[in-house]
Amino acid sequence: MTPALAVVLVLAVQKPVVVASKPFAESYVLAEAFAQVLEDAGFVVDRRPGLGATEIAFGALRAGDIDVYPEYTGTGLLAILHEDAIPDARATYRRVASEFARRWDVHWLAPLGFENTYAMAVRPQTAERYGLRSLSDLGRASPQLVAGLTPDFIGRPDGLPALERTYGFRPRAVRSLLPSVKYAAVAAGAVDVIDGYSTDGLIARHGLAVLEDDLGLFPPYEAAALVSARLVHELPAAALALSRLSGRLDVRTMRSLNRRVEVDGEDVRVVARDALRELGIVASSARVETAPRAGGGIAAYLWTHRADTARQLGRHLLLVAISMACALLFAIPLGLALERWRAGAESAVRVTGILQTIPSIALLAFMIPLLGIGILPALVALFLYSLYPIVRSTYSGVRDAAPDAVAAAHALGMTGGQLLRHVRLPLAAPVIMAGVRTAAVINVGTATLAAFVGAGGLGEPIVAGLALSDARMILAGALPAAALAIVVDLALGAVERAVRPAR
Amino acid sequence: MSALRAEGVTRRFGDVVALDGVTLQVEPEECVALVGESGSGKTTLLGCFNRLTVPESGRITVLGDDVAAVDPVRLRRRVGYVPQDGGLLPHWTVERNVALVPWLLGRSDGPKRAAEALDLVGLSAATFGARYPSALSGGQRQRVAIARAVAAHPGVLLMDEPFGALDAITRFELQRAFAELRRRIRATVVLVTHDLREAFLLADRVAVFRAGRIEQLSTPELLQREPATPYVRRLLETAGV
Repeated sequence: MTPALAVVLVLAVQKPVVVASKPFAESYVLAEAFAQVLEDAGFVVDRRPGLGATEIAFGALRAGDIDVYPEYTGTGLLAILHEDAIPDARATYRRVASEFARRWDVHWLAPLGFENTYAMAVRPQTAERYGLRSLSDLGRASPQLVAGLTPDFIGRPDGLPALERTYGFRPRAVRSLLPSVKYAAVAAGAVDVIDGYSTDGLIARHGLAVLEDDLGLFPPYEAAALVSARLVHELPAAALALSRLSGRLDVRTMRSLNRRVEVDGEDVRVVARDALRELGIVASSARVETAPRAGGGIAAYLWTHRADTARQLGRHLLLVAISMACALLFAIPLGLALERWRAGAESAVRVTGILQTIPSIALLAFMIPLLGIGILPALVALFLYSLYPIVRSTYSGVRDAAPDAVAAAHALGMTGGQLLRHVRLPLAAPVIMAGVRTAAVINVGTATLAAFVGAGGLGEPIVAGLALSDARMILAGALPAAALAIVVDLALGAVERAVRPAR
Repeated sequence: MSALRAEGVTRRFGDVVALDGVTLQVEPEECVALVGESGSGKTTLLGCFNRLTVPESGRITVLGDDVAAVDPVRLRRRVGYVPQDGGLLPHWTVERNVALVPWLLGRSDGPKRAAEALDLVGLSAATFGARYPSALSGGQRQRVAIARAVAAHPGVLLMDEPFGALDAITRFELQRAFAELRRRIRATVVLVTHDLREAFLLADRVAVFRAGRIEQLSTPELLQREPATPYVRRLLETAGV
């Protein structure tokens, strides 16, 4: 057997190695580096970048839906094991490595070589005005400052609470900001101080000053590949290939890679390839396919990426169509049944309403252990979010449809089924359709979150664009999604007019 | 044999006794008016005849059948019914509304029956058949509701305050139209009304209801001449008849 044939056979029978990342730039860069190292070693790779949050990425790894993603030892200790911070980086690594293997058969490869930690950043003019050089200075000046902090930082015991305790940090106000907007917020002066990571490229992009942690509060955390049981037990060669990165990325290298992605807007694939070549980890002849970078505005960008957009639009439509079809088949009969059974109706409708209030990221995270990642949890989430408007409108529409006419038709000998089919449903149809329209438009918008569980769709460029601070990429998902919402609304509006009975 | 019979019929709603052992017989092609205040039990008794109301005790027969023993849907298709508000289906044309019961009975002559029935209430099928109820006046709607009730030639016609929601002139016109209709069809009629004048004008006999019982049942003439109780006397005085 020739080597080439052997490779083909291996590729044909092998389930791809699934490489994932969390939705921020450094995670994208590291995951892409993992993917290229694996491809260089002959493995087929399935990329799932931008998984919603720690719970979703780690949940997917535990469930065996993904094989590897970059994680930080501190996050493993505090956010996953829920233990107290350990000030020493090596001790932290040892703790998570042994606990993850013991509890879940999930494994930390040797650290990549750079430490990352929280970095409080301010604008230079803020630093000058209040004389801020260290976190002790920040603590002193904090009553005059407004802090813009990520929800993660506000909640983690080694975040805001620790900052309060150690440095007396008590800002005038704390605003909760998503990672993707905090830099813009501080640069615009909307907040005075933000939490970042020491390796963030955006700190340099916005010319922010990082304050020195003079009392050594934030323990340094190491980044490492977190790999699944399958990879370790069934594909040890893949784990071995990934470990070639261990100890090779120092903090300067990582910061410069992040800057190239976040500040210079370079393609993640190119940045990862260059880094791997420079480090001599992959041969310099290795090729990566990258889309040519489009100059100019959003129109040119969309045109360059039209094939991607079409694929994402197709997937988006699929998600919306299947989840809406299931929601209609379930919610309309439910609404009709509730109208027959009024005693429990309001409570039942309210339950579907409560579903609506569950934050989508939380709902998706709940479902990972049951459904894994990919299209299934996305469909279930979209289905659940579509129920309320349809159940409510069906129930109310049928209940309130011409009660006098219904009573008279009943008295003249219409059966319950005939009343429903010929009187109540036709008269309620416009109201029901209004609910269906509402549900469909919400569904098109919510389906962008499917990207957080690797289900694709127009959320893919939105999530990636937010993580990589690339406005055109965000618009490449947001504009088609908005257009789709309008088209869906218009189409269902036409259906609504068609089903509206003459009277 | 009586067309309609109620024997010792009792019905309570919670603590309220709506019907308290009522007995009433209506002869074929007779029109009996049930008169009384709100809550006196007249509408409850009307509903017993097409099983919209199920008595707790007592027996109801319609055209010889015990209503408890027959399929209520088939019973209702044999009994015409006119509610106070018309109750026309707003998304059906006048013709389709009037042809409702023939259609429910699976008959193919609905349009013809509808045209005849509209003619009986003084409306032209050519003019009104294709209209929707929203394009009719209140009086026209009530005429259509009466046409719908008689389109399948039911032996029994139940009317629940059919002219109660109309202005005085329209009501007078419809009362005349109804009297004319009765001359042309052969139906036993029970008419619920709170208007004693209307009862005297349209009915062969009048039953005065009070607190779930029939206070007096007689012809209009006898009722006026010999009120049986002080309540009936007072009712006559209030009505000014």
